[in-house]
Amino acid sequence: MDTIMEILKDLHPDVDFEACDTLVDDHILDSFDIVSIVADINDEFDVSIPVEEIIPENFNSAKALNALVERLMEEE
Amino acid sequence: MLFTSYRFIAFLLVLFFVYYLIPKHFQWKLLLVASYLFYAFAGPKYLIYILATTLSTYCASLRIDRIQSVQAGYLKENKGKLDRKERKAYKAQMKKKQRQWMIPCMVFNFGILAVLKYADFTIGNLNGLLRVFHVAELPLPGFLLPLGISFYTFQTMGYLIDVYRGKYPCERNIGKLALFISFFPQLIQGPISRFDDLKETMFSEHPLDLRNVSFGLERILWGYFKKLVVADKLLVAVNAIVKNPGQYEGAYVLAGMFFYAITLYADFTGGIDVAIGVGQVLGIRIQENFIRPYFSRSIAEYWRRWHISLGAWFREYLFYPISVSRPVLDSSRRCKKRGQGWLSRRLPIYVSSVIVWFVTGIWHGAAWNFIVWGLLNCLVILISEECKPLYEKFHKRFSVKDTFWYRLFEVARTFWLMSFLRTLDCYRDVGTTFRMVGTIFTEWNIGELFRGGLMQLGLSVADYGVLAVAVLLLLAVSLTGRTGSVREKLAARPVAFRYAACFAMFTAILIFGAYGAGYDASQFIYSQF
Amino acid sequence: MKKVMKKRILFYTGAIAASVLILTFLQALLMPKYMTSIPEGNLVEEYYRDTKNHDAIFVGDCEVFSNVSPVKLWEDYGITSYIRGSAQQLPWQSYYLLEETLKYEKPRVVVFNVLAMKYNEPQKEAYNRLTLDGMRLSPTKIRAVNASMTEGESLMTYLFPLLRYHSRWSELTSEDINYVFHRDKLSHNGYLMRVDVKPAGQIPKAKKLGDYRFGKNAYDYLDRMTKLCRENGIELLLIKSPSIYPYWYGEWDQQVVDYAGKNGLTYINFLPEAEDMGIDYEKDTFDGGLHLNLSGAEKFTDRLGEVLHEEYGLKDHRNNKRLCDLWQEKIDFYDAMREDQEQELRKYGYLKSYSTFEEKGSAE
Repeated sequence: MDTIMEILKDLHPDVDFEACDTLVDDHILDSFDIVSIVADINDEFDVSIPVEEIIPENFNSAKALNALVERLMEEE
Repeated sequence: MLFTSYRFIAFLLVLFFVYYLIPKHFQWKLLLVASYLFYAFAGPKYLIYILATTLSTYCASLRIDRIQSVQAGYLKENKGKLDRKERKAYKAQMKKKQRQWMIPCMVFNFGILAVLKYADFTIGNLNGLLRVFHVAELPLPGFLLPLGISFYTFQTMGYLIDVYRGKYPCERNIGKLALFISFFPQLIQGPISRFDDLKETMFSEHPLDLRNVSFGLERILWGYFKKLVVADKLLVAVNAIVKNPGQYEGAYVLAGMFFYAITLYADFTGGIDVAIGVGQVLGIRIQENFIRPYFSRSIAEYWRRWHISLGAWFREYLFYPISVSRPVLDSSRRCKKRGQGWLSRRLPIYVSSVIVWFVTGIWHGAAWNFIVWGLLNCLVILISEECKPLYEKFHKRFSVKDTFWYRLFEVARTFWLMSFLRTLDCYRDVGTTFRMVGTIFTEWNIGELFRGGLMQLGLSVADYGVLAVAVLLLLAVSLTGRTGSVREKLAARPVAFRYAACFAMFTAILIFGAYGAGYDASQFIYSQF
Repeated sequence: MKKVMKKRILFYTGAIAASVLILTFLQALLMPKYMTSIPEGNLVEEYYRDTKNHDAIFVGDCEVFSNVSPVKLWEDYGITSYIRGSAQQLPWQSYYLLEETLKYEKPRVVVFNVLAMKYNEPQKEAYNRLTLDGMRLSPTKIRAVNASMTEGESLMTYLFPLLRYHSRWSELTSEDINYVFHRDKLSHNGYLMRVDVKPAGQIPKAKKLGDYRFGKNAYDYLDRMTKLCRENGIELLLIKSPSIYPYWYGEWDQQVVDYAGKNGLTYINFLPEAEDMGIDYEKDTFDGGLHLNLSGAEKFTDRLGEVLHEEYGLKDHRNNKRLCDLWQEKIDFYDAMREDQEQELRKYGYLKSYSTFEEKGSAE
């Protein structure tokens, strides 16, 4: 979870990623950000986020991202 | 059938009437018949294309779905028996099998679109090359585009890819799939819908809901107002300016840009209003395609508010797949390893952006000006991305970020930037466009514009008056819309007020709309033999 | 709930009624009035306001409404007539106007000027409107519209002329406001009077045509006219009015002669008789030979009256008191207009308030 927070904070230092759960819906994260996040997460956690998982539900909050990563790591 | 034709209005009235008279489980079938009738009207021989797309996609999606069921069944059966590696291998193999159906279907359907739409353009350019080498040129096939092919092909392929991705099961009823593909309000200007967005609302039963009907009709009326009173009227002036580039330089180009921004907005959003309004009367909820785009504060925001369904389609089916694909991410990783962090970060974004905007460009039209337009949009977006740290520094230094004036500045900046880019759409020729935009800075004839120049463009003072009022009305409605649905607010007023407003709008369209043979007394001049 | 429903229904009924009234008013406001210019536009409509039951009905193009004077016909022969003519009236329009007229009356004779036979297809939207807008809504009108529409026209714009004339909103004049609910009478039983003179000048040489045959469509409607008259016991008289222009080819004339022969009709080409009738194209035309002015028209009418009285036995009704009174009014109006026009000529040198055709060129 900390790594994810780091990745997110790196992009937008002044956003409260702990509390916010409308990161995509409120356009806090745009499509460029999402690509960056995917690339970083793939590297850090040695997973491969498939395109099907790039949906608002998975990126709206740090918590959702975390859940996604955990799910992917399990499947690997 | 144009939206703005007596025929279409008659078609709608009959359809609405019958739709609510028949048993509700027939409603979607009626829409299918109506959509095909509508399509046939544009030329029955073009039906073959949409039928081919429907059949090919139906078969392919059924097959893919079958493979997915087999996979699910097999995995369930052998739950404990397979290890992780075997499971992965099996899944990969099944995915490969699905691709064997998906890829040919995509090639077939995108192929039809590519050939029909881009054959002339490709061969034309090839001929240019051949000309250099004095080789005989090829003839241009001159294909006519079937109605809505750019829209329905994308909409259908989106469905196919979604099924492949396992987003939802395929539609087993070919009639329902056929309706999704051919739904007539969407054929002319979109929007491009997702199957899961429409599925519920399109095939369910629709009892007569007066609120939907009245709101839908109001929306249709609003769309006609925009198209007939604003778009078609102002287009006269735009055409005068852009079809005579030699005559109208400098400030006229600026005026043309401004007028085009208004006329394009009115025509496009008006058409979508009619489409969504028709859907609403039928009880079908179609997603919005525009959200007050000219109030955007940045280009990125603009493309989230203008032609939303197209942007979303490209993002989901082109941008993300490319940017998170193995080859791209691997190259990016390699850059990072070589210490080129700056490149590794940018590579996926830049590569996908250029590709997406190139395709966006040619989607709009098979000509160089569209490609240049697409790539320029890309350039501007990437530059503004690069400039983000600079902006952040600026905003830290000067706290203007959320002040009214700075926001106004941002809105104006975005509006004019997009208007400049759109001149490629106006002049249709890249060279001419750049030349004409150049004259804005070299020719100082703004005085001429206001000393009668504007009256040379085919519009009278009275026309400009009507346009000004209409545009102000558009602005007022948009501003009102920021705090909630305008129609809701209208419905909250007394019935007499609401009726009067709608009747006034209806009458305004009849009287001020740019339609029909203009009354011209000179027509009555008998002409000499 | 019931009371609310009732209130609702009452409101909407009222609202819709008011809406229809407003739109009808706007339509009347925006339609061209044809009072101060292009009075041809009012010809078709003026018929309905007149008393019916005429001995003779004329149908055809400007060569009837410019060259024949029903008042003269009455004054000299006691024959009652009406001219259902209009600008560039095409054969199908003549047929349908006749069909409609027969719903109101049964004349003894119908006179058709055959110049329009040279047209086989819809021609100009502007002229269609002059002829058709004035017709009262009826199945006949709809058939006439369908037969007349040019490319791009729509029946809707004839049912709701507001759709055609809405763009006049920025060109409204005081005429439009004054004549919203009524029109002044401008014709004399369908005759448009002109007293001014413009002598015939240089007449362009007639071009050689590729094909002189009248079209199938034109013949079809002439057939229908013939049949309609026969079925109703009406005599159909085909005429070619005297004029210098447009050129009436011998090949055309022969076809009408043949047609008349085959169908037992009388056809009179008055062109060679012009001199006999006393028509002098230096004095008797107001537009250089396309149409006759008042003096020319009266001369032609005189000859026509002779034909109608002697060949068709149309009786002299001048002993009928009721008709005499009726026509006296018409004579008074006729004479008053003639005086008024002559006064304008003396004062201004041209007819200021009676511009019918535009300056340029030939009419149909």
